Amino acid sequence: MRKLLTGNEAIARGAYEAGVRVACAYPGTPSTEILENIAQYSEIDSQWSTNEKVSVEVAQGACFAGARVLVAMKHVGVNVAADPLFTLGYNGVNGGFIFVSADDPGMHSSQNEQDNRYYAKFMKTVLLEPSDSQEAKELVGQGLEISEQFDTPVLLRTTTRISHSKSLVSLSPRQEIPLKPYEKNPVKNFVMPAHQRIKRPGIEDRLQRLAKYADTFPGNRVEEGGAEFAVITSGPGYLYAKEALGDRATYLKLTMTWPLPAGLIRDFIDKHGKVYLVEEGEPFLEEQINALGLSVIGKELFPRIGELSAAIVREKLLGTALQRLTVDCSAVPGRPPVLCAGCPHRGVFAMVAKSADIVTSDIGCYSLGFMSPLNVGDTCIDMGASIPNALGFAKVLPDRKIVATIGDSTFLHSGITGLIDLVYNQGAVTVVILDNRITGMTGHQQNPASGFDIHGKPAPQVDLEQIVRACGITSLWTVDAYDLAQTNAALQAALASGGPAVVIARRPCILIQRNVVREPLEIAADLCKRCKACLKVGCPAIEFAGGVVRIDSVMCTGCGVCRQVCKFGAMRKAGGAQ
Amino acid sequence: MKQPINILIVGVGGQGTLFAGKVIGSVAERCGFDVKQSEVHGMAQRGGSVVTYVRFGNNVVSPLVEKGEADIIVAFEQLEALRWSEYLKPAGTIIVNELKISPMPVITGAAQYPDNIFARLEQAGVSTIRVNAGQLAADSGNPKALNIVLLGLLAKRLPVARELWDAAISEVGPAQSRAANLLAFDKGWTF
Repeated sequence: MRKLLTGNEAIARGAYEAGVRVACAYPGTPSTEILENIAQYSEIDSQWSTNEKVSVEVAQGACFAGARVLVAMKHVGVNVAADPLFTLGYNGVNGGFIFVSADDPGMHSSQNEQDNRYYAKFMKTVLLEPSDSQEAKELVGQGLEISEQFDTPVLLRTTTRISHSKSLVSLSPRQEIPLKPYEKNPVKNFVMPAHQRIKRPGIEDRLQRLAKYADTFPGNRVEEGGAEFAVITSGPGYLYAKEALGDRATYLKLTMTWPLPAGLIRDFIDKHGKVYLVEEGEPFLEEQINALGLSVIGKELFPRIGELSAAIVREKLLGTALQRLTVDCSAVPGRPPVLCAGCPHRGVFAMVAKSADIVTSDIGCYSLGFMSPLNVGDTCIDMGASIPNALGFAKVLPDRKIVATIGDSTFLHSGITGLIDLVYNQGAVTVVILDNRITGMTGHQQNPASGFDIHGKPAPQVDLEQIVRACGITSLWTVDAYDLAQTNAALQAALASGGPAVVIARRPCILIQRNVVREPLEIAADLCKRCKACLKVGCPAIEFAGGVVRIDSVMCTGCGVCRQVCKFGAMRKAGGAQ
Repeated sequence: MKQPINILIVGVGGQGTLFAGKVIGSVAERCGFDVKQSEVHGMAQRGGSVVTYVRFGNNVVSPLVEKGEADIIVAFEQLEALRWSEYLKPAGTIIVNELKISPMPVITGAAQYPDNIFARLEQAGVSTIRVNAGQLAADSGNPKALNIVLLGLLAKRLPVARELWDAAISEVGPAQSRAANLLAFDKGWTF
């Protein structure tokens, strides 16, 4: 049976078929749907973890105990989880261990374009690169086999186009893999320096054995075709090369790319002489091939920035382009993402804009507070950076009013340590926790503050106020994010406190409380003075057109934020009621 | 089909473009075609410009449709029609819903919404089908089903029998909306 699946759905299916028992992740685009789909299989114990490092450590425990495990994260999540992952390369596994890094060339929804294939080399582990959903599914099972056979963690690396593209996948039944027996083995699992020194030479030996295996790995194969071009390629590059060149080229299609299948590559180059390397992203393969003393035509021709495409391959190798229409696309306004109509962050940012001099922001929907017209946010770096960034600002610019904004899920992910640091070092910073009770930007995943687990079943709910107090914060306010006066008063008091302070602005994400019926607002034309104050909160439901301000009654959720910024009482319930 | 059929569905996050993509994928699968489909999630969905690429035929390699490669573009919104029009093949067709949704730069007054979108398409010689899908959806009794209406317009121009579309809509959509969705689809099909 074949089914049309995204790469992420296929990886989930692969985990199911390969007998995975435990799967963990923290949500992150483009990886999120892997765990969402794994959670559909009752045979797999799946969970959202508080962050990527924790997810890897939970999976490690399960792996040591004898189960096959899978962990999924976006590319920058691997940075967070790098500590346990690097050392796992020394320890090795009991049950098979595979971790997925979903990279984002082109930065569709990420802060950088890091090419995580380098991690495989750095961690001295195995790298698998699928080109479509069928391969993504198969590589989960094959990766777990390699993991167990060679006693190593395995990195399955996708990109946005692999994760979020659908193609047909053949399904197979689940293989029940018995638990490996657990035996206490301190030399293997307890990282005393003396133990690590014993294991260290074995890692080099393992890499040599894996390199030999890579030459025989069935996913590393020559696809015979025309003699016009000889192409080495992997991952999404394979699709674009094949789309552009079709049967005119002969391909060395690589799927297990670290350790490098040096024998296959050497034979291919010896046979064909002039060989092109179609590789998306950094010259990872190119550097390794050059290190073998071999030469290919790669980054001298193809860009290392952004995504590759069939159009680029066509242009660079064939010197042709598709015929196109010439449409006048001048002065086409962009359509950037915006905070949703009714988003509880909107009013909070409007108030923060009024009172703060410097705002350090964080990763999540509230990074959209930066967009015009709210324009709130001086910095945004990585998960949890807002609070320590703010402390740094406070040390250097003590006369400025400094506010850090962070969401509930990001606060639990890596904000708490920053808050303890802020209290411990007594920084004059006001932290605003935008508590919308969900992990929003990635598409609404549950988290420890939402009170539900990955299956939507009730789970213990962490108490943010108690955590904040336990970190040592004494100046603490909790406000309704829709109540601008209350929010503003709390912000003023917090900033005036002169020390570390926290304002928790609470209100569930508008997209998860759709069942709460609120009446849309309209504008009383006779009361509106066209001052446009309401437009400054940047609600997509309010528009100034043809000389009048208008509220879109379908989009409006009746949150009332615009009503509170109107000095003339011009907003009323649709139908004229007050 | 030796050459795959390439389709772009473009619009504004939240307009139901993903559902339309799912139905096309399901139909192509029912026909026994190879099919690939691609879309970007995350940031783009918060009211941003969104695109779904769908390709089907005997053999499909890349999941992406390149500029100059689309046989048909279905635009759920006028400005998005203009933005993505260069993806069309010179002989391709664009189906444009007359709806205008102002992006934030227009709302804040930083930019103007172009008022001559259909004229620009005409000037470039683009084969354009103009439709008020919201009105047709309302006529069908389901004002929210403009995505299904537009799907009907697209379906009529693809080499796939009507029954397969009806079956796919019934399967992909929720059971309780089946009858309403089929009525909306018919409005597009018979437009």
